[in-house]
Amino acid sequence: MSLPTYTSWNYRIWHYTYLTICGLVFFFLIAPLFIILPLSFNAEQYIHFSAKMLALDPEGFSLRWYEDMIYGTKNPWGLAAKNSIIIAFFATIGSTILGTVAALGLSSRHMPYKAAFMALLISPMIVPLIISGTAIFFFMAKVGLAATHTGIVLAHIILGTPFVVITVTATLTGFDHSVTRAAASLGSNPVNTFMKITLPLILPGVISGALFAFVTSFDEVVVVLFLAGLETTTIPIQMWVGLREQLSPTIMAVATCLIIMSTLILVSAELLRRRSERLRGINR
Amino acid sequence: MSTEQILSSDGLPLEVSLRKAERKNKLKALFLVGPLFLFLIITYVFPIGDMLFRSIDDRKITKMLPNTFTAIEKWDGKNLPEEPVYAALYEDLSYLKKTKTYGKIIARLNYEKGGFSSLIKKTVRKLGKFEDGNYKEQFINVHKRWGQPEYLVALKNAAPNWTYAKYLKGVDLKFDQNGDIVQQPEDRRIHKILWLRTLKVAFWVTIFCFVLAYPISYLLATLPMKYSNLLMICVLLPFWTSLLVRTSSWMVLLQQQGPINDLIVMLGLAANDNRPELMYNVIGTFVAMTQILLPFMVLPLYSVMKTISPSLMRAGKSLGGTPFVAFRKIYFPLTVPGIGAGSLLVFILAIGYYITPALVGGASGSLISNTIAYHMKSSLDWSFAAALGTMLLVGVLTIYWIYNKLVGIDNIKLG
Repeated sequence: MSLPTYTSWNYRIWHYTYLTICGLVFFFLIAPLFIILPLSFNAEQYIHFSAKMLALDPEGFSLRWYEDMIYGTKNPWGLAAKNSIIIAFFATIGSTILGTVAALGLSSRHMPYKAAFMALLISPMIVPLIISGTAIFFFMAKVGLAATHTGIVLAHIILGTPFVVITVTATLTGFDHSVTRAAASLGSNPVNTFMKITLPLILPGVISGALFAFVTSFDEVVVVLFLAGLETTTIPIQMWVGLREQLSPTIMAVATCLIIMSTLILVSAELLRRRSERLRGINR
Repeated sequence: MSTEQILSSDGLPLEVSLRKAERKNKLKALFLVGPLFLFLIITYVFPIGDMLFRSIDDRKITKMLPNTFTAIEKWDGKNLPEEPVYAALYEDLSYLKKTKTYGKIIARLNYEKGGFSSLIKKTVRKLGKFEDGNYKEQFINVHKRWGQPEYLVALKNAAPNWTYAKYLKGVDLKFDQNGDIVQQPEDRRIHKILWLRTLKVAFWVTIFCFVLAYPISYLLATLPMKYSNLLMICVLLPFWTSLLVRTSSWMVLLQQQGPINDLIVMLGLAANDNRPELMYNVIGTFVAMTQILLPFMVLPLYSVMKTISPSLMRAGKSLGGTPFVAFRKIYFPLTVPGIGAGSLLVFILAIGYYITPALVGGASGSLISNTIAYHMKSSLDWSFAAALGTMLLVGVLTIYWIYNKLVGIDNIKLG
C-alpha cells in the first residue's frame, strides 16, 4: 500500500502507525498458535524453550512426544482419536442431511413464519454450551443414552445443524429457481431435480457446512464432558483432563496435530467458498 | 355490468386455484423443515424445558412426607401445632425408617434450616420406642427442637410442590422463617459477585474485541484481494482451530516461566524472582477470551465494511472534510450495523463461556458457567444448577432477541 507522493507528513505518520497497530493485532491473533509447534518437538520434559532449542542445536529437538502420543502405553489418545472420528463422522452426516433439507425449506418463498423457525433452528449455536450440556445430559440420562456413542452423536447433531443451516441458506440466497422449474417442466420429479440440479449447484455450501459440523463435533468438549463415559472418551476430553493436571509436551504434540488438521480444513473451506461464489456468479 | 370470472385450466376460479397452489407450496416448505424441527423439539427444546421444570420442582419431599404436609397445612405457624401434625409425622417417619429412605429428606430440610440433620437422625433412631398416643409430648422429649416453632415452620415451608427458592439463592436472597424474602448472610453472598463479574468480563471482552477488530477489518476490507486473502488466514485459522488448543497456547504463554513473563523480566518491568501472575486470575480470562472471540467480531465488521464504497470517503474529503471528519461522519455511521452484529455475537458467546475461564481463570476469573458446572458435577445440587442455567438462558435469549430484531438471524456470517 504505497502512498501517493503528495500526501502530507502528518498523514504519512498516521498511516504507518495504523499499519503497525494492524500488524500487532494480526500478531496477537496468530502468534499464540505458533508457540505450540516448536514446543512439541522439545527434547526435555518441560514446557519452555531450553537453551539448546534457542541455539537451534539439533539435540534440543526430538520426536519423543509424538512417539509417546502414538505408542505410549498408558496413553488414551488412540481410543480417544477413534471415538472422536467415529462420532464426528456420524454427527456430520446427520447434521448435514437434516440441516440441508431444512435450509431448502427455509429458503422457499412460501415458508411461513420463516424468522421464527430460523431463530429456533439456530438457537443451539447461541445458547451457552453449559446450558445445552446440562439439558441434553438430563435428557440422555432419562432415555438411557448417556455415556453411549449414540447419545454423543445425537448431541453433536444438535450442535452442528445450525452451521449447516446457515451456510446452505446463504448459498441458496443467490439460487436461480428457474432451473428447478425448467427441470420440473421437462418431467423430472422433485427428488430427481434435487439430486441432479439443485445439489450439484449448492454442493460447495453443503460441504462447507459439513466441515463446520465436523469441526464442531471434533472440538466439542462441554457437552461431552457431561455425556462421555470411560469407553466414549474423545480427544477434547483427554486434552481437557491433561490441561487440568499439568501442561505436558504430549499435549503440545496433540495440539500440533490438531492445528495441522484445522489448517487443512481452513484451506478446503476457503477453496469451496470461492468456488461457490464463482458458481453463483458473485464477483467480489 | 358483470365481471367475468377468470378460470384456470381445471375449471376452478383462478383465485381458488392460486390459493390451492400456495398452500401446497407452503406445506412443501414446512415438510422440508419438519424433520429438523421435530428433532430439535424432542432432543433440545423439550430437555431445556425439562431443566426449567427441574429448577422449581420440589415434589420429592412432598412425596416422602405426605401425611405431615397435609396435616401441617392448616397450622397458622404461630403457636406449636396440635397433636394430629405430630401423629402424621410419626406415621411418615416410621415409613421412611422402614424403607431406609429418610436420608433423602435430611439434605432438603437442612437447606431450609440448619439443625435438621441431627434432629431427624436422633428421632428416627428413637422411633421404635414410641408408644401410641400423645405423640407431641414424645417428640419433644426425644429432641427439644420439635418444641421450637421455627423448625416446624421450616417443615411447613418445604411443603409446596413448587418453589422458586433456588432462584432466590441465585441472587443471594432466601426465605426466612416467616416466608419473607431476605438477603443471605453476608458471608454467603457469592452469586451476585459472580453475575456482576460475568457481565463485566463479557462487556470488556466485547469492548477489547471491538477496539482490536475495527482497524484490521478496515484494512482487510480496503486492501487489494490478493493481500487481504492472505491476511484473512490470520483471522480464519484461529477461528477453525480447536478451542482447547488455543486455550492451551495461552496457558503456555501466560505461565510463570512462560515467554511473556520472560519478556517482562527481560525488559526490567519485574524482578526474576517476582514474576507477575498472569494466569489463574481475571487477567488470564480477559486476554485469552479476547483473542479467542476476536474473529467473531472481525467477520461481521469485515462483511459490512466490504459493502461500503470507497468513493464515499473520497467525496467527503473532496467536499472539504479532513480525513478524520470524513471518517467520523461518513464511514463510521455506515459500519454501525456491523459493530452491532459483532458486539452482540461476542457478548452472547462471552457471557456463557466455560472452558477458557475454567482453565486459565482460577478462582477470581471464573464465571457463572463455571458455577453451573460446579453444581452439576461436584455439589450435585442439580436443581440449583438448573435455576442458574435458566437465569443465564433468559439473559442470553433476551440478547438473542435483540440481535434478531437489529441484525436479522439470517445475516450471521461464517467465514
